[in-house]
Amino acid sequence: MTPELPRGWDRSTEDQADPAVIPDTAEIEVPDELRAEIEEYMSRYPDHRSASIPALHAAQRVHGWCSPLAIRQVAAVMRVTPAYLSSVASFYDQLNEDPVGRNKVYVCTSVACHLVKAKAVFEAIAAAGHDLEDTEIREFECLGACDMAPMASVNGRYIGPLDAGDAPEIVAAIREGRTPLPGRGLEDEDYRLPWGGRA
Amino acid sequence: MSALDQLRLIKNLNDPKLRTIAGYEEGGGYRALRKALTEMQPEQVLAELENSGLRGRGGAGFSMGKKASFLPKGAMDKYLCCNADESEPGTFKDRLLMQKNPHLLIEGIAIAAVAAGANRAFIYIRGEYELQAGILEAAVREAYERGYLGRGILDSDHDVELVVHRGAGAYICGEETALLDSLEGKRGNPRLKPPFPANQGLYQGPTLINNVETLCNVPSIIEHGAEWFKSVGTEKSSGTKLVSVSGNVRRPGNYEIPLGMRAGDIVYGLAGGPPEGRSVKCWFPGGSSAPVLLEEDLDLDYDFETMAEAGSMLGSGAIIVVDDSQEIVGLALRLAEFYRHESCGKCTPCREGTNWTVKMLERIDNGEATPADLDTMADVQTNIMGNCLCVLGDSMAMPIGSMIEKFRHEFERHIEEKRLEHGGLPLAAHGGRADVAVGSPAA
Ligand SMILES: Cc1cc2nc3c(=O)[nH]c(=O)nc-3n(C[C@H](O)[C@H](O)[C@H](O)COP(=O)(O)O)c2cc1C
Ligand code: SF4
Ligand code: FES
Repeated sequence: MTPELPRGWDRSTEDQADPAVIPDTAEIEVPDELRAEIEEYMSRYPDHRSASIPALHAAQRVHGWCSPLAIRQVAAVMRVTPAYLSSVASFYDQLNEDPVGRNKVYVCTSVACHLVKAKAVFEAIAAAGHDLEDTEIREFECLGACDMAPMASVNGRYIGPLDAGDAPEIVAAIREGRTPLPGRGLEDEDYRLPWGGRA
Repeated sequence: MSALDQLRLIKNLNDPKLRTIAGYEEGGGYRALRKALTEMQPEQVLAELENSGLRGRGGAGFSMGKKASFLPKGAMDKYLCCNADESEPGTFKDRLLMQKNPHLLIEGIAIAAVAAGANRAFIYIRGEYELQAGILEAAVREAYERGYLGRGILDSDHDVELVVHRGAGAYICGEETALLDSLEGKRGNPRLKPPFPANQGLYQGPTLINNVETLCNVPSIIEHGAEWFKSVGTEKSSGTKLVSVSGNVRRPGNYEIPLGMRAGDIVYGLAGGPPEGRSVKCWFPGGSSAPVLLEEDLDLDYDFETMAEAGSMLGSGAIIVVDDSQEIVGLALRLAEFYRHESCGKCTPCREGTNWTVKMLERIDNGEATPADLDTMADVQTNIMGNCLCVLGDSMAMPIGSMIEKFRHEFERHIEEKRLEHGGLPLAAHGGRADVAVGSPAA
């Protein structure tokens, strides 16, 4: 079994280059809307650096990932170094410094879901969706919906309980830009657990 | 229990009226905040909270009123952070409260902020709870419009600004000091304590940090009084508790129970027990970080002190039930992988200990382990405990240690089976020496 290596371990370091300084908004173009959104986040906090996560989220929505350009744009607006933002982006599971895909399919395989065979659900979705474009399918830790176990979050919408047989429909819905499994999402009106309870 | 009249947090929870501020007010909402501002002094509010015996619902179970009273008095910037990171595996109660009754939380925050003298409040909600964050943001806007939040709330001289802050996927940000760093826009690394947040927290200012459910209990305590609150529960665990029951049960879900209810009545009575023909092998009484208990422990009362006496903890109030069809080694591995992934990496015992525990459990499945490895693994857990900056390391060490202790035979059997499966010699054939036990007999 290959041990899990930290991300980026195989990337070369540029030890000759000067550290990236704070880019100036005069030198780098930032889409107006993105800039306004980041500035609005900055205004919410006593210290504008508190906006780093919401700002990176916003840039990720625009660029699809926290690309070097996305990070430089945020850095310019927030007046912090790209390295600082990279340190933040690399810490959090929902911020991606690699172009993993805009569609996010998080399949929970944490303890409670594990007990009701979540791994099989993940494998079925991963197999059915192996050729899906612009989509990240990954195992995720407890999503706080163990009453729906086994469950997944598709672009933020919680669905469950799932079984492997649901995989083709979930993948087809993503491919066609539809909402997967209508009626079986936590936010759906009158959503019920299989035993009849409400979540 | 006499069910319905004891429901406090989730009574009428599915009433669609609660989705709007007008509906919430109609049911008596924001009355407690008005009372706290017009009929009481902040000290009285603090005293009421302390007298109620309300203990933190986020994991540690510390007295809420006492913690709030630790904040220094006087005019200065003080902060309140509502911990809505809810990432402890098995826990999904805060999600329910925020989604179905957002104004209850906002009212609780406003009252607690007034009592502690905090002028700025934040709800740190995990990034995955997009639905709930959207609901809260809309509710906060409504509360601002009605003057329950903002400058001089309800024409008093108290300011309470409230911002919903979304995280981005990191269990460790539920640890209170990691939460503060994350909220300041940094990586979520825990801080060394002391200083405790009550003295030096967010932006170096005095900060009160409480769980969603804790704060949701505040309005009713102020409205009905400490005595009313204490009329349910046990002496040291007053009130009701939202319990998230999951795993191998027929009716997984959130249940509100009076603290001190028999655990078996929760697992079997409310949640329906394990599926047909199955029995309870073990259960986590307080999220995946709690040491496991056995079937016979279901006779215990479910409250803070009894769970602690039994060598476990009530934690976040998440009961995960494991039935007898489950393999303990696979469960331990899944658990250890979680903590390895979520360790922030700051302290060596936690960063390395979680990693090595995973590796040793994988060795078992690869047929490379011997029973001696169990002692090493138990040793690793002991060396993590108490030697880290925060308790994430302990949160793996405690349940894994308890599994090795309580299911040692199963671990040993598993080790033996896997070794034979992979072509190893039975242990007895060579005196149990690890170096010759591994590998194919033909080699
Ligand atoms: C690793 C770790 C994760 C935690 N996660 C949470 C959490 O998700 N939600 C929470 O309320 N408390 C969590 N806590 C507990 C908090 O540190 C803190 O004790 C709690 O928010 C205080 O609120 P309370 O007194 O109202 O319970 C966590 C603690 C640790 C060590
Ligand atoms: S115990 Fe683990 S999670 Fe906590 S600070 Fe240390 S390394 Fe980080
Ligand atoms: S373990 Fe899967 S949602 Fe909690």
